[in-house]
Formats: sequence, structure tokens, C-alpha cells
Amino acid sequence: MLAVETHDLTKDYPVGFFRKRSKRALDGLSLRVEPGEVFGLLGPNGAGKSTTLKILLRLVFPTSGTAQILGRELHDVSMHARLGYLPENPYFYDHLSAGEFLNYAGELFGLEAAVRKQRVERLLERLGLAASRDVPLRKFSKGMVQRVGIAQALINEPELIFLDEPMSGLDPLGRREVRDLILELKAQGKTVFFSTHILTDAEMLCDRVAILNGGRLQGCGDLREILRLGVAATEVVLDNPSPAILKELSPFARSVVWTGELARLEIPEEPDVARALNVALRLGAKIVSLNPVKMSLEDYFLARIEDAPGTASPDDLAAVGRERRGAR
Amino acid sequence: MSRVASVALHTFKESVRERVLYNLIAFALLLIGAAILFGSISVGVEEIILINLGLSSISVFGLLMAIFIGIGLVSKEIERRTIYSILSKPVYRAEFIIGKYLGLLLTLAINTAIMTAGFYVALFYQKRSLSLDDLVVLEAVYFILLQLALVVGLALLFSCISTPILSAVFTFCLYIIGNLLNDIRWFGQETGSALVEKGTAVLYYLLPNFSNFNASAQVAHGESIPPYLLLANSLYALLYVGILLSASILIFEEREFR
Amino acid sequence: MMASDVPALRRIGGRKARWAILTASFLALVPLQYGIDVELRAHSKLEELLYVPSGKILRRLSLGHAGLLADIYWTRAVQYFGRKKLDRARRFDLLGPLLQITTDLDPQLVVAYRFGAIFLAEKPPGGAGQPEAALQLLRRGIVANPNYWRLWQDLGFIYYWDLKDYASAARVFHAGSERPGAQVWMKVLAASVAAEGGEIQASRLLWSEIYRQTENDQIRRSALDHLQALRAQEDLEHLNRLLWQFRQKAGHAASSLQDVVAAGFLPSIPRDPSGEPYKVAPDGRAGLSPHSQIDLRLLQ
Repeated sequence: MLAVETHDLTKDYPVGFFRKRSKRALDGLSLRVEPGEVFGLLGPNGAGKSTTLKILLRLVFPTSGTAQILGRELHDVSMHARLGYLPENPYFYDHLSAGEFLNYAGELFGLEAAVRKQRVERLLERLGLAASRDVPLRKFSKGMVQRVGIAQALINEPELIFLDEPMSGLDPLGRREVRDLILELKAQGKTVFFSTHILTDAEMLCDRVAILNGGRLQGCGDLREILRLGVAATEVVLDNPSPAILKELSPFARSVVWTGELARLEIPEEPDVARALNVALRLGAKIVSLNPVKMSLEDYFLARIEDAPGTASPDDLAAVGRERRGAR
Repeated sequence: MSRVASVALHTFKESVRERVLYNLIAFALLLIGAAILFGSISVGVEEIILINLGLSSISVFGLLMAIFIGIGLVSKEIERRTIYSILSKPVYRAEFIIGKYLGLLLTLAINTAIMTAGFYVALFYQKRSLSLDDLVVLEAVYFILLQLALVVGLALLFSCISTPILSAVFTFCLYIIGNLLNDIRWFGQETGSALVEKGTAVLYYLLPNFSNFNASAQVAHGESIPPYLLLANSLYALLYVGILLSASILIFEEREFR
Repeated sequence: MMASDVPALRRIGGRKARWAILTASFLALVPLQYGIDVELRAHSKLEELLYVPSGKILRRLSLGHAGLLADIYWTRAVQYFGRKKLDRARRFDLLGPLLQITTDLDPQLVVAYRFGAIFLAEKPPGGAGQPEAALQLLRRGIVANPNYWRLWQDLGFIYYWDLKDYASAARVFHAGSERPGAQVWMKVLAASVAAEGGEIQASRLLWSEIYRQTENDQIRRSALDHLQALRAQEDLEHLNRLLWQFRQKAGHAASSLQDVVAAGFLPSIPRDPSGEPYKVAPDGRAGLSPHSQIDLRLLQ
């Protein structure tokens, strides 16, 4: 049984003063999320990521198409007992303290008082909020609110957790903590579905990703596959090479980028690396470092965004990979 | 605890923390206390003035509280986006609406009780003793509570549809019209136009009739309200509130949160 | 020092100076308001306005607070009456309308009928001198409160005292005595008034009852004054009879009451209820001492 399944999910919003025209926020989205994986929904701002999550959580109703979560239809509200949800830029009840709010969340899940108490304490501890248990939420910083948000998403020990932009507004330490938490959840066998526009985070966490742009799915697949498709290259960094040296090395290098006194050369072909090194050493260039370079998710992402719209499949990915290799 | 009860208690606690509530109660109690002075200005009406002023204060301040908090019941949750973390949990939208309603009603009931207690303290101070006959005032207070139940229902319905300010205006207008329904109907009959007459008759039955619940003057003269009226008004309020809540639920179930 | 943005204001000085000037501005309002008050008082017709002349319309607009509005209008009526009395006015034009509105708003506000009728019936400057209006008010009160027998009592009193219509008074007292809870003396009163010459007893019974019942100091005082006047009147009539007897016996009029005492008709010179001794007036009839507190004019 899939964790999440959508079939041709479409959402039109009526716009204009008389609400006559409509804006298509989501266009025929079909995707599958396997249980136990970390799935990333990527896309630029306004791509439809939040809309997708809201449809899945019954905050917004689809214009057409269907979806199932944990095998149940969307209108099955009782199924929410097995879900956790962190909204984008969350805002909770100002007047409640962290502990009170989590307790309220637990009540809504129908948890017994003793169980609630235990879980609230444990979550506050785990998320580093134990000291702020009785502090009203209005006094919380953004990062702390985010953590409370995660806590209320986990209080019912859900099988499937939806996170909408979980890293937004966090400092690097906060982002690291959330990343660790997501990995921890995965280790517990839970499914995590999160949306983000920060590709580096997705790269570190996701098993599979889907790329959304303008409401349409532009690409979807296993992350490792995507990254393997990248044009492998090797980066050679030289310390202040002379123009003569650079001239000798230019046939091998795809690009030369200067950072201060350092020149980074990207050498795509494997055999060329050894040849370039020999030339550099012979000419007395100062070699600072030598590193393999993979295609980043960003490259893939930008490529899909720039492509003609259409639903991608794993075969497409191979084609893209070949294209890019050919272009160099 | 059922989810409705959770939402209700949460709404109650949130209302209780509204500072405006305390200002209103304090003012009402002040007014009731001052009523003792007003009585001495006039001749022969000390107790009557205290009862009339007391009941009017309880009614007016209860009305203000009901509208002020009622209009934000749903719209505030939507505007502040706290609704996301509620409806993403296994909470039916109907449970949410009913819970919100009951929470505010509980708040109003307790506030009314406080003001009524204050009133009896003032009455005791004035008369130097209280008798069982003085309990007749509670009948009028009960009717005031029924009115407030209707007003909260109206405010909640509008809260699902429009902004707080418009909700306040609509609710308040309906309250005033609801008090004048008898006159509107009489007016319709007087105009002689069959269309207007039918129209006003329809309005008469459609809109909430608040004048049914006006018992203050009667009670001030020590007269008890007939049991039939107590029962009939209770049923009317129950039915009308049921209709308002159902309408609110229907609207809210269609509502999307962008 | 916080300086203002505006260059002109900077010349005025710092915060303290600006706040001082602001406070002083309030003081400037005083003479202005005073001038306005003087002007408005000159056109004081305004105070005779009722704002909303119809009690019935007001009742509709009251949204369930008619009882309170009635109390407010009652208070206005009392204050209006008190003020007019203080000014020794001869006209109480607004009293009737104010009472009408009050009772339209709350037909059960019995106090408004009772005291209102008294205020209306008394001759100026003690009251409005409108006994017919008082009758009308009480009749409306009886319609709205048919079993409140004291309204009948008040109605009868006005017929008796202010209109000297004894037949109607007796009829009303009798009707009132039939009401549930009516006291026995109502019947007695009806009978006394019906009988010829029952005036002083009936009056005394009435005023004693009013003195006992009322909580209002003003009316209580009035009842006492009337009772004392009645007593004095009775005493004077008795004294006049004695003086006549003396004249028959002595052949000439007594020059003072001392003569009457000396002749053995009286044990001593009697005093009136206010403690002053009675005198013989120049016309030979018994009269009050000039120091007496009693006001016989009340009996007219």
C-alpha cells in the first residue's frame, strides 16, 4: 500500500473581481510516495507545493482528480489520526503556552491524559523546548515556533508526516536540527513528505523527489538516479596559474572560474584529468586540490524548469543526462 | 474528552483571557451598584429601578460581549491561520463549529452569572434582606441568556461568511430588527398592499424574534413568567440556534483555506 | 530635550512648555462654555422639549428596555416637578405629558400614577392644579392595574378633596372597597362621605391613612399639616360654639379666651396641635395665634 497516491489532481482558483476567470494552481498532478521513504516536493515559489499539501490534508478541495492517503480517500477525516502536519509559516495560539498547546493538540487526537502528558514532555525534551514549556507562544522566536509545530505534528506518533517548508526561516543550527529529526523519523520507519525550495536540504535527505513548476509535474524520481545522471567531472584548483599554464590546460577544461587568486578548472573527461595534471606539474603550477564534481540537484532542477512542460518519467531523465553530456 | 468539548473548553479559555471582558463586567457591576443611588433620586421606585437597570445592564453588556467575541470565532482562526493545525487533525468541521459555539456560550453564561450575583448583592444592600420572591428575576435572566444564545449563533454564522466588522454590523442590525418584528409586521398590515403584507409576514417568521424574550418590566413588578412561555421560548431558541449552527456548518464545510 | 520636527514649534521650547500650553488650552474652554450656557439659557424654551413626545413610539424603540426607560422618565417627571416647585412656578406644562410617557412605557409602574396624580392635583405652587388630568391618569392606571385598590383610593381622594365632588368620591371609594385586598376602612369612608356632614371625619380618616402608608417625606409632611389643620378646624368650631354660649350667658362677646375659662366653659386656654394657644380674633370668633404653624388654607 502506498503512503500517498494522487491521480490527475487539479486545482483551479477563481480569480478576478467577479470570480469569473480561474487560475490553475495545480494541473493533473500524479505521484506516488512509498511507505518508509523521505519524499521531497520541490519547486520555485508559487509552483503549487503548498496547494498539494493542503489538498491532501483536506484544507482545500481539488477541482478534479483523486488522491489516497494510506489507502483511504481524502474525505476520511478519521484517517488524520495517523498523520502529522506542519503548516508553512505556522502560527499557533498566542495565549497558550507550548505545553498547553501540545496538550490541546493531543486532546484533539483523542489521547488519554496520562499518554498526553508523557508525550508532551518527551517531545518538548526532544525538541529542546523543555525550558519553555510554560512560556506563552507569543514570546517564542520563529525557530522555537517551528519546533513547536513539529512537536504538534508528532504528538500522535503518526505513520506519515507532512512538512510544508520545514526549514523556512531557520538559522543553520535550526536547519541541521530539523534535518537530523527527519532522518530520525525515517529510521523509525515513518514516511516523511516535505516540500521545500532549498535544494541542498532535499539533496541531503530525500529518497525520491518530485519537481513542480507552474502547477505541473516537471520531473519525478529516485534522487540517487538523478544525481548519477550528472555529468561527472573533476575539479582542479590551481594557485595563481600564469596565462601560459592556463593556455596549455584549456583544451581539457570545460570551464575556468577564478576565486581570488585561485583558479578552478572543471575537467569533464576522466582521461583528461591525468593529462592535465601532468601538464600542470611540468609547467610548475601550484595544485591546491583535486575533487570529483557531481551534477547537483540544482542543475537537474534548473534543467527541468527550463524544459518544455510535460510530465517526466525515468526514461526522460536518461535523455536529459545524455543531452547535457553531449552539450559539453 | 470528546473533541467538541476540547474545542469548547479551548474557546472558553481563550475568551476568558480577553481583557475587554473584564472591563465590561466591571462596568456592568459598577452600573448595578450605582443603581442604588439612582433609586434615591426618584420617588418610590428604588427596587424597581435596581431591577430594571440591573437587567438592562446584564442584557446590554452580554450583548456586547456576545457580538465582540462571536464575530471573531471563526474568522480569527482563519485569519491567523491557526485553523490549519486544527482541521489537519481528525476533527470534523461540524465538531469545530459546535465546539466554538458552546465555548462562547459557556463564557457568556458564567459572565451573566457573575453579573447576576452582583445584582443580588446590590439588591440585598438596598433591601437589607432577600426573599424567595426575589428569585423571579432569574426568569428574566434566563430569557436574556436565551437571547444571547441566539446572538452568538448569528455572530458565528456571519463569522463564517465575512469579516469581523461586517459580522458585527449584520449581527447588531438583526438584533435590532428582531426586536422590532412586531412593529414591522403591523406596519405591513397597515400599508394595505397585499405584497408588502405578505413580505413582512414572511420576515416576521423568518427572522429571529427577540421581543419574545423581553420580560424585564414584568419581573421588576414581581410577576412571574407563565411556565408555558418559559417552555415555548426555550424551544424556539433551541430550534433557531440549531438552524443557525447547521447553516454555519454547511457553509464551513465548503470553505477552503488557501 | 525632544525637539519638534516643525521649525515653528521648536521656538516654543521643550516638552514641558508644549504640554503646559496644551493644558492651558483646556482652561480657555471655560469662558467659552460659559458664554454658550448664557446664550442657551436665554433661549430656554429648549428645556421644555420632551425629545420624543410619544410614549408608545418610545416603547417600540426601547428594544426590551421599556421598564428602565419608564424609570428614567419617572425620574425626569419628579425632577421637573421638584424644580418647578422650587421656582414657585404657576405652570407645570410638561408634567402631564411626562407622566403619560412614563405610564405608556410601563403601565404597571403604579408609583407614577399615585404620586403623579398628587403632583397634578395640588393647587399651585404645591402642584400643577390640574385635577382633571390627575383623574385621567388614575383612570388609565386602574385600567392597566384593575386590582390595585389603592388607585381607587387615590381617585376617590381627588374627587373628594380637589373637586369637592362627594357623590363621585363615595362611588369610587365604594368601587375600590370591592377590590381584592382592599382595607375595611374604604367601606367606612364610602359610607361617611355619602352621609351628609361626614366631611371632617372622612377627611381625617383619609389623611391618617396617607400619613401611615406613604414613604415619601414630602407627602407625609403634607398629610400631617392637613391633619393638624383639620384638628385645628374642629377645635375652632368647638371654640366658636363655646364663644356663642358665653355671649348668650354673659350678654357680650368675650374679649379673650381667658374670659371663657373664667366663666367655667373651659378648664384652661387650649393649644392648637402646633402648641400655640388659640385666640379670639377682633371679629369675636376663635382663631389661631399669629405664631401658629398651622395653615388653615389647606382646608380650602
